[in-house]
Amino acid sequence: MKHPSAKATLLGAAALALAACASTPPQGGTSAAGTEGGAYTWWDPYPQHDSSSAWAKRVGACGQEAGVTIERTAYDTTALTNQALLAGQEGNAPDVILLDNPAVSTLADAGMLTAMADFGLEVNRFDKNLVAAGELDGNTYGIPIGANTLALYYNKKILDDAGVDPATIKDWASLDAALKKVKAAGKKPITFAAIGTEEGSFQFLPWFWGAGAQLTQLDSPQAVEALQLWSSWLKDGLAPNSVISNSQNTTWEEFLTGEFAFAENGTWQINSAAEADFPTGIVQIPGKDGGTAPTPTGGEFITVPVQKDTQRYAVTKKILECMTTPEGLVETGTTFAYYIPSTADGQQAILAKEPSLKPWVTAVQSAKGRTSDNLGTDYPKISEALWTGVQKALSGAASPADALKDAQAQVEQATGD
Amino acid sequence: MGATRTAGVLSPPAHRAARRPLRWTTPAFLAPLIVYLLLFYAYPLYRNIELSLHDYTPRAFIQGNPEFTGLESYAKILSDDAFLRALGNTALFTLGSIAVQYALGLALAVFFHRSFRLSAVLRAMFLVPWLLPLIVSASTWSWMLNSENGIVNAALQAFGIGQINWLTSPDTSLLAVTIANIWLGIPFNLVILYAGLQNIPAPLYEAAGLDGATAWQQFWRITFPLLRPVSAITLLLGLIYTLKVVDIIWIMTRGGPADASTTLAIWSYREAFGTGQPDFSPAAAVGNLLILIAFAAGLVHVRLQRGEERS
Repeated sequence: MKHPSAKATLLGAAALALAACASTPPQGGTSAAGTEGGAYTWWDPYPQHDSSSAWAKRVGACGQEAGVTIERTAYDTTALTNQALLAGQEGNAPDVILLDNPAVSTLADAGMLTAMADFGLEVNRFDKNLVAAGELDGNTYGIPIGANTLALYYNKKILDDAGVDPATIKDWASLDAALKKVKAAGKKPITFAAIGTEEGSFQFLPWFWGAGAQLTQLDSPQAVEALQLWSSWLKDGLAPNSVISNSQNTTWEEFLTGEFAFAENGTWQINSAAEADFPTGIVQIPGKDGGTAPTPTGGEFITVPVQKDTQRYAVTKKILECMTTPEGLVETGTTFAYYIPSTADGQQAILAKEPSLKPWVTAVQSAKGRTSDNLGTDYPKISEALWTGVQKALSGAASPADALKDAQAQVEQATGD
Repeated sequence: MGATRTAGVLSPPAHRAARRPLRWTTPAFLAPLIVYLLLFYAYPLYRNIELSLHDYTPRAFIQGNPEFTGLESYAKILSDDAFLRALGNTALFTLGSIAVQYALGLALAVFFHRSFRLSAVLRAMFLVPWLLPLIVSASTWSWMLNSENGIVNAALQAFGIGQINWLTSPDTSLLAVTIANIWLGIPFNLVILYAGLQNIPAPLYEAAGLDGATAWQQFWRITFPLLRPVSAITLLLGLIYTLKVVDIIWIMTRGGPADASTTLAIWSYREAFGTGQPDFSPAAAVGNLLILIAFAAGLVHVRLQRGEERS
């Protein structure tokens, strides 16, 4: 504990140079993952769930089942990746890390993660489109403990008042028509998050993919169409200008005020939507010419960092199995309000319990991993260029076509070497 | 002369006896400081330079086998389109901030120097920006400057001024974060300049008053010249503090939209921690450039100070 944290602080300070912003002081750290006492270390990105939470108990129970105690430490998502890198460098990585899925290929490429096959863990039963985010060069480096994705939440009261039937929203044209009707009725049509972070790319991807664009070519005509759609919403006053700096949480807060007809948001708001002061519902994000647009998968992967002491893997495997049985997945799903299980069995089981989740299960089944298509470690660079392009176009700094041309050039420069 | 020599001849044996224990106590007292300096200043600096001279991909970072690339990271950064823009933004942000902070801080310090009833209370209230956690003040500023729902736009609308997209327009986002940073920096300037004012002897003002100097003349002929050393150090510290500002900009705009408010410090932070994939080498290179800029400013300060002492 003493040694690594001191060094971690130093490294943080070094990389930050003069920057005053406190990076991420290693709050919890772990007591060295020694073999004594049968303690296994576990990191996850859920600091909102403290040690008395249902989640912590669930993690603890899986440890008990495997005959060990689990020492859990929670960091927030970006801090977790940085902490994992530092721990990897120090050679004292925890036994299990729950990683946000785009980070899996980065850490796997760094040689920090154990492939599931080396470990003897079967990955075939998990949905292909979900596991894809954990694949790199033919190996699978983690398993999704559940998945979430995006859809359009609507405020039923506003739609009724404006005379919009959500069932008619089948493609971009009908969505546009619905938004204009809402505006004519004097309400705010739609809000989303176009912030200059991963969240901005995450929210833009359904429209990007829904137009038929590919992440390998950011300036394709289809991509330009998708960005034109968003820009036109801002220009026509269908979406507020503040979306440029809105995170998904802020967007949701706006929706909860009851002023907005639609909000693009994720599975994780199901409970909050049910508790809103107005009736809500969801529609799938439409593709440009109809059908459901592929939405990006969100959610964490269980990964197993490489350990010097390979004896530890046997117990780790038991813990992983406990977390990913169909019942286990359902339990994780309901603990997390909501996480859609990542296997067909799990999905059946959660639907039996909560039939109202049906549209979300469908959405997850048609969702697509951001690092899929073997983009792997190039994805973070592509994503950065994409959200910058989106911001340029929405803020009026460049036309959608020019903004995406710059973005593609940025990607080629960043991934060229 | 003779007396000193005698003393010089006589004293050595006595001195040597007294000094012997000192030879060990001196380094012993110095050791903690030296260890501290090495551990917390020299090592991070060394590490930062080392990071910038190698190609630290996440893989290299973990496996500890980065490729030595010499000055390639620097060349890449200097030739990047973003560099000139970030440098320009840094200059505008830093110089704009410290100029206005200093002017307002000085005006307030002079105002409070003539103590009046409640002046202590008021002065304390001006320190609030300093006491608030940055996350609180930065979030509050970004709410106030929100395009649709912000109080600033609501107030402007009352005067018939249309919606200004403070944080979401490339034309105003740098201005918006600069305004917030000025507000944050005023207390620092106020406190130091106020302390400087206390050191100006009151009789000077009395004499000037007898000679019929107006308040304006007193300020420009007494206060301002006598405050020069304090002003210089205030401006230097302000410059160094402002160069490295990350948090307030990051919270308010993330350097956006489209890099419009990206300073060198934000750029460095984003390369290292702002995306899904840490790029430590270019981040460290930008950080080192910032250190150089701050160092150059320090040298200028020392130079000016020496000039002043000589004259």
